[in-house]
Amino acid sequence: MLRTFRKGGIHPADNKLTEKNPVQILPLPEKVTIPLSQHVGTPAIPVVNRGDKVKVGQLVAKSKGFVSANIHSSVSGKVVKIDSLPDLTGYKKPAVVIEVEGDEWEDSIIQSTDLQKDITLSKDEILEKIRESGIVGLGGAAFPTHVKLILPHGKKADVLIINGVECEPYLTSDHRLMIEYGREMLVGTHILMKVLNVRKAMIGIENNKADAINYLKGISSYLPGIKVYPLEVKYPQGSEKQLIKALTGREVPSRKLPVDVGVIVHNVSTAYAVYEAVQKNKPLINRIVTVSGKSLKNPSNFVVRFGTSVQFLIEAAGGLPENTGKVISGGLMMGKALNSLDVPVIKGMTGILIVPGNETKRKAIEPCIRCSKCVTVCPMGLEPYLLMPLAQNENFYRLENEMVLDCIECGSCSYICPANRPLLDYIKLGKVEVNKIIRERK
Amino acid sequence: MSSVLITILSLSSMGIVAAIILYLVAQKFKVLENPKIDDVEDALPATNCGGCGYPGCRNFAEVCVNSDTLDDLYCPVGGQETMDIVANLLGKVALQTDPRVAVIRCSGSFENRPRTNHYDGASSCAVASALYVGDTDCPVGCLGMADCVVVCDFEAIYMDDKTDLPVVIDDKCTACGACVKACPRDIIELRKRNKKDRQIFVSCINEEKGGIAKKYCSVACTGCTKCFKVCEFDAITMGNNLAFIDSDKCVLCRKCVPECPTDAILEINFLPRKTKPDKEKIIPLNKIPEKVKTDIKE
Repeated sequence: MLRTFRKGGIHPADNKLTEKNPVQILPLPEKVTIPLSQHVGTPAIPVVNRGDKVKVGQLVAKSKGFVSANIHSSVSGKVVKIDSLPDLTGYKKPAVVIEVEGDEWEDSIIQSTDLQKDITLSKDEILEKIRESGIVGLGGAAFPTHVKLILPHGKKADVLIINGVECEPYLTSDHRLMIEYGREMLVGTHILMKVLNVRKAMIGIENNKADAINYLKGISSYLPGIKVYPLEVKYPQGSEKQLIKALTGREVPSRKLPVDVGVIVHNVSTAYAVYEAVQKNKPLINRIVTVSGKSLKNPSNFVVRFGTSVQFLIEAAGGLPENTGKVISGGLMMGKALNSLDVPVIKGMTGILIVPGNETKRKAIEPCIRCSKCVTVCPMGLEPYLLMPLAQNENFYRLENEMVLDCIECGSCSYICPANRPLLDYIKLGKVEVNKIIRERK
Repeated sequence: MSSVLITILSLSSMGIVAAIILYLVAQKFKVLENPKIDDVEDALPATNCGGCGYPGCRNFAEVCVNSDTLDDLYCPVGGQETMDIVANLLGKVALQTDPRVAVIRCSGSFENRPRTNHYDGASSCAVASALYVGDTDCPVGCLGMADCVVVCDFEAIYMDDKTDLPVVIDDKCTACGACVKACPRDIIELRKRNKKDRQIFVSCINEEKGGIAKKYCSVACTGCTKCFKVCEFDAITMGNNLAFIDSDKCVLCRKCVPECPTDAILEINFLPRKTKPDKEKIIPLNKIPEKVKTDIKE
């Protein structure tokens, strides 16, 4: 009997088209656009000027405040512009544009791919390195990692969970990372365990990635404390709270953090980035991005430097098919449709999905028939059919009491609704408004 | 016979006893209320729109009666007339306030502002605005999903199918401000109502540099300051690459309108210019269609 979370969940078609495609290194683009806000929290402050020459891995923007992250140049070349440019939403946000010249790395970065197992640095030194390297949660949320590693006063963690679930359809970047960089990822896990001072690490992987489970089980069998757990395939198991429930049986209370039940969760990609930062001195400058879609010519997994345009990425995967209806950044369930291909790849971008026109159209909205399917599938035990009209009617106080802030925005309710109601769209709006009210109260 | 009598008697006596109990309870729990509140409420338009800032007309009446002055209190629907009546009833003085009307400050029709993508999410400006920039490249322009039409209690706004922009019916608009609050992009402004509902305003709120704004909308204000220079009444202010015409200072001389190189300044409800017919700039989209006009007359 495989472990899984109990409440709700759905089973969308897997469509992992690229799970057998090895990771390819994407050639360098002509220019990169590096947004200064690729993470949750305060945008970083630029420390380079127009006309400056930068090397790969050089700091271009410094974090401001505690919840923020450094941003490094992903290429070598000349800074040509520091301006407000459209981000994934189309709204303009400050960004640094660098024209690529050659590929000159910072001297401090160790470029060799040899595995470095020995962790020589102390806990504080590691933490400082992670902070300097601008590492954020690479599972998609892009929350600064160093913030998660500094536990609030009086709190103690006893389990580290490494999230290799990747429950989103199509995405395979974490899957390929586990197979190709598994050993490095495990070293990264050890580093995280040392920082958090925990003795036990659980790696959760869904059962549809049998090769990754077997490989990691093989190479981690002699490692003390680390254990791989296969999980039943169910969306949204990759969500922090659901994964904790599945692996440890502990339930994170409403509006509390995982650390309150003694657990810290990090993504496998984040663990790998931590390995690179601590052992190889390499800041976060690239990541694996899945470019996939049934109509796409060559769906692939690419190692992409941040700032590369999505257009360039799609060209590398065989160009945009003619009948494309939507290009989605992130996963099919939680991702966001792009309104332009001229947007950069950022730290939180797990994949680019091409969806044909005939599959994207939303169907006509019909009245709610009170079938309660949305209640059945909600992994947080909320009542989406109720939350949507409350948000529409601006009944925000009631909405708060109905625990709208517990919503993890997984989209299961909108997916399952037989009346095609845009449940999540309005719930998201309600969350924004309720958050505003709470902030005003303080 | 007697059973009928007994029934009538017993029921009526029960009724009388209940009435006495009810009377006593009502006396015991009586809430003393200023009778003026009822009078003021009768004078108010009873639309319960919330335009005054209070939930419903009765609440507004209570506030009017209980406050010392009527300075901060104004019923936009009833207007000055109603406020004078209220002031008379209460023996207070109402401030003189000009009647206002809602104005849509965006001219980004299909022709002026090309659509770059198609939105098929929930049909709500609030949702779309929180999600992304909209189906054009303009980050501040009208999203065209009619949140303002939905909230209007007076059916004073409708969507023009040809332009995908909302249009205010001046006669019906009460300036309650519901649409101003509903618009996530703050396009709608309440401006002073002039004679014959004439209005001159900059129909754009884009604060980007002229060259950039012009790229995605042909009628964007580019901040060229031509109108600012020609205005003799200091009614126009410039800021953040955007001109703004103060409706309280504007005397409707129309000098600024032909100056605008992008036709961003609109004049509504004016007669066509006679002297320079080639520079005629009445924008048909803000004219009320014939059908709607006849509706109003009826």
